[in-house]
This record gives sequence, C-alpha cells and structure tokens, in this order.
Amino acid sequence: MEPRSRSFYVLAGVFGLFVLFLYGPILTIGVLSFQGPGGGLTFPMNGVSLHWFFDLFEQQAVGDIWGSFRRSFALGLMVMVVTVVVSVMGGLAFRRRFRGSTALFYLIVASLIIPSILISLGVGLIFNILDFDVHWSTSGFGAQLTWTLPFGLLIMFAVFNRFDKSYEEAARDLGASSWQTIRHVVLPIIAPSLIGVALFGFTLSYDEFARTLLTAGSHNTLPLEIVGMTTNVTSPVLYALGTLTTVFSFLMIGSFLLLVIFLKRRRAGAGSDAGKGMV
Amino acid sequence: MAPGAASKETAVSKAPSPEKASWFLVSPLVLVLGVFLVLPILTIVTVSFWDYNEYNFFPAFILENYSYLLTSQVTLATYLKTFKFMALTWVFCAVIGFTVAYFLAFHVRSLPMQVVLFLICTVPFWTSNIIRMISWIPFLGRNGIANSTLISAGVIDEPLEWLLFSDFAVVLAFVHLYCLFMVVPIFNTMMRIDRSLIEAARDAGASGFQILTNVIIPLTKPGIMIGSIFVVTLVMGDFITVRFMSGGQSASVGRVISNEIALLQYPAAAASAVVLLITVLIMIGIMMRFVDIRKEL
Repeated sequence: MEPRSRSFYVLAGVFGLFVLFLYGPILTIGVLSFQGPGGGLTFPMNGVSLHWFFDLFEQQAVGDIWGSFRRSFALGLMVMVVTVVVSVMGGLAFRRRFRGSTALFYLIVASLIIPSILISLGVGLIFNILDFDVHWSTSGFGAQLTWTLPFGLLIMFAVFNRFDKSYEEAARDLGASSWQTIRHVVLPIIAPSLIGVALFGFTLSYDEFARTLLTAGSHNTLPLEIVGMTTNVTSPVLYALGTLTTVFSFLMIGSFLLLVIFLKRRRAGAGSDAGKGMV
Repeated sequence: MAPGAASKETAVSKAPSPEKASWFLVSPLVLVLGVFLVLPILTIVTVSFWDYNEYNFFPAFILENYSYLLTSQVTLATYLKTFKFMALTWVFCAVIGFTVAYFLAFHVRSLPMQVVLFLICTVPFWTSNIIRMISWIPFLGRNGIANSTLISAGVIDEPLEWLLFSDFAVVLAFVHLYCLFMVVPIFNTMMRIDRSLIEAARDAGASGFQILTNVIIPLTKPGIMIGSIFVVTLVMGDFITVRFMSGGQSASVGRVISNEIALLQYPAAAASAVVLLITVLIMIGIMMRFVDIRKEL
C-alpha cells in the first residue's frame, strides 16, 4: 500500500470535526441533564444530580409523557411491521415492469419529497370534512406510512437490483412453487435488509413530528409532547427527557444492528453444505 | 411435496398472470398512497377554493385565497426568506456532504472501516430532530459554550446575541439535521465509480486535484442531485426548525401554512400549500433533468 497522502490527514481531521458537529450538541445535553437541582439550561454545572430525571417521573403537570411514550412506541411497532410487509411485497412486484409501474414509482418518490405539512393538512382536512375523529392509530398511522414506505421501498429496490436471480431459478428447477421460492429462498437471503427496513420504519415513526401534527388527535405522540414542552418548560427536565429518548433510540438502533450482524454471521456459518452429501 | 411433473403443471396453470401477481403485490401500497397521499393532495386543492369564516370553512368556488396570497407583499418576502435558508443550507450541505463522502469512499481503505464510519454518520438520522434542535441551546445560548469560550479567549467582550434564536441558528440547525441526506447519496454514487477510471487518469498524468474536478465530481453528479432534492424539499416545507431556532422571529413558507392552520383558516392554508407544492415540484422537475433516479438504486 502506498503511504497516506497529506490530504488524507486533512480530510480525516475534517471528518472528525463533522462527527463532533453531529454528536457534540447531543452529548452536551446528555451531560447537562445531570445538572444539580438549582442549575439552569447552560453550563456551568451546578452540582451533579438525578433531580431532573426524578422530576420527569413525578411531574405530571407538564403533560402525559409516559402515555405519549407508550403511544409512540406502539405506533412505531405498527408502522414498522406494515412498512416491512408492504415494502417487501412492493419490492417483489417491481422486479418486473407492469402496467402503471412507472407512475407508481413516481408516486413513491413524490411521497418522499412532498412537504410533510401537506400530508398533515390534507389528511387532517379529509377527517375534518368526513367528520371522523383524528387519532394517532388511524390518521396518524397512515400519515406516517407515507414517510416510512418510500424509504422501505427504495431499500428493497436497491436490494432486488443486486439480487442474484439464479438462486430462484435453482429453487424453481428443483420444483419449488413461487410461494416456496419466496419463503425459503428469497426471504432468508434478504433478511438482513429487512432488519434495515424495520429500523427505518420504527425510528422514522418514533421521531416523526410534521406528519403527525394534525393527524394524532387529542392523544399526543412523544415528539408532539416534546414540542409542546419546548414552549413552556425552561428547565433541564427537557434535557433529561431528550437524553432518555435519545438513549432509547440508540438502544433500538443498536439492537437492530446487532440483529443484522447476527443474521450475517449465522449465514456465514451455515452457508454452504457443499460436499456434505444429501441433507 | 414431491416435485412431480404433474403437480408442477397444475401449479403453473393455477398461477395468476405476472401482471395480476404484480398488481396483487402492490395493492396495499396503492391503497396507502391513494388514501394518505393522493386523496389528501386532491382535498387540499379542492379546499383551497373554499370559503371560510372565523369558525368554519365550507364548500364554495372562490379565488380570493389565491388572489390574496399572490398579491401579498408578505408572500414574496416569505418566499425570498425561505429561498435564502434553502440556498445557504444547500451550499453548506453540499460542501460538507461531498467532503465527508469523498473521505469515506476514497481515503478509507477497508470496507469494514467504511461501514463503521458510515454508520456513525447515519445514526443521528434515526434519532429525534426535535431533540437535536434543543441540543443546540447549551452551545449557542447567551451564556452558552460558544459565548463563554469566545469571551474567555478575549475575542469578544459581550456575549453575541445572534447565535441562538436567529437566522444563523436556523441555517446551522438545517445543516446539522439534513447534511446526512447529502452524505448518503453522494457516498452511494462514489462507491460505484469504477476505480480503474481514477487509475487511468493518474496514469495519464492528472494531479489529485484534476482527478477530483475532471473525474470524480462529474461522476458524482447524480448523487449530488439526489441529495439536493432532499435538502431543497426538506427546507422548503419546514416549519418547526424555523420556528424553534429563530425563536419565532423568522418567517418561512411552512410557518405561514402552520400559522394559518393554527388560526383554523384551512382554505387559506390549503392555497398556500398548493403554491408551495407547485414551487417545490418546479424545482424538483428542474433537478430531475440531471438524474435518472431509477438508475441510481
């Protein structure tokens, strides 16, 4: 290997600064959420305590934080499951052209790039005109899907573009039906990517704000609750909540990524049975 | 199941045509996008012609919502302000995104290392935007880290007031939130550049800088375009970042819509939304001319 050029070290420095830019602020509020009881929103630290975390568990005057967390969690799981299923089905369909496929493709792209507030407003208006009550599990759920599905589908398109079709042909030659081919050949091969789609589905829903704004109804999701807090809470309790929900996000991301690694390892371990005779 | 020729025959004859199978597979997708994307847009367009009073909105066919919007000086000023946010955010995101992606794709040599560093860049994308905005307060506030550092270094005597709750803070937060949307597609495009092209350029005597401007940048254009589409649409439609980071002082198109919604002026909000949608679509139409998205997947 040739030695590192000077530009490598410059760029590595820039990259380091970029990572600091990405994570620095969130680390700061992580530290500040341990602020002492008399401390404020900025440094210096006025002692170290868990005061603001306890506050979060006791203080219910601010709103229904734990209820909103439960709703966001449930909604995240719902969106995740539907995103995975619909994306896989869509991905399978888009492997060949069908009538309307180009139009549908552009609709998917449109779903991704349309300003979120339009979805919020439009869905809110429909429910208003039809005199239905907006609720996080109906209107909110659908509005969030318009944000998570394009990500799931684009990932599936990329996955199937790189998919080696000879595995399927082999399965078919051995007499597998199309469902058996999908169930026993295609799905296991794309499993790690499905975890990725699930990760997008859950986290994008869990943090979604703009599309849920007018579609969640009277029971807030967590991001809506936090936005509400920013207007009337000016103590580090806001940081404590931010720290907790970010830690929760990191735990979710971590477990999804570990699952991907686990799946890939298992496959590498049990990948080939060549030379082992009839199994 | 025994793979007998007979059962295979029946399976084939029973199987629906590929066209029908595809339609079956995309039916849930069509349903979701139909009800929660197409229908809402049609509703917005319809309601933009409706009338309203202080309490309610009702069917009508009036053009006042548009004529008021399109003749108002405020609209023009708001659009100019939003374009300013967009342009600044785009420039910073493009420069940072390109640099970071270039480092990852061409200077990090092992694939596992690339994956790890790429994930480090992506993880914040999966956390809350609201929290990431809030997290700038201790840094930019009047007594925040930036001000105290500058004062103790003797650069300034008084704390800078324009760090937080200002246009500066808005652009900073935009860049912080949306840079990733630039890094990811650019990195993706760069990873597909055939490395032998770079070798060939080097063999032909090109300097590192010439390789960058004559080989890498032209080949990375699709990625830059996709990233730009993301950044442009996200900034144009935003309302919460501008509201929060400007402390409620700056206007943007999205904020106007969200204010009209808060005042229950739905037809006015719908008209503003239609104009915003058309603006965004024109911009994207122009950018799409430079890239075929289907090829980039």
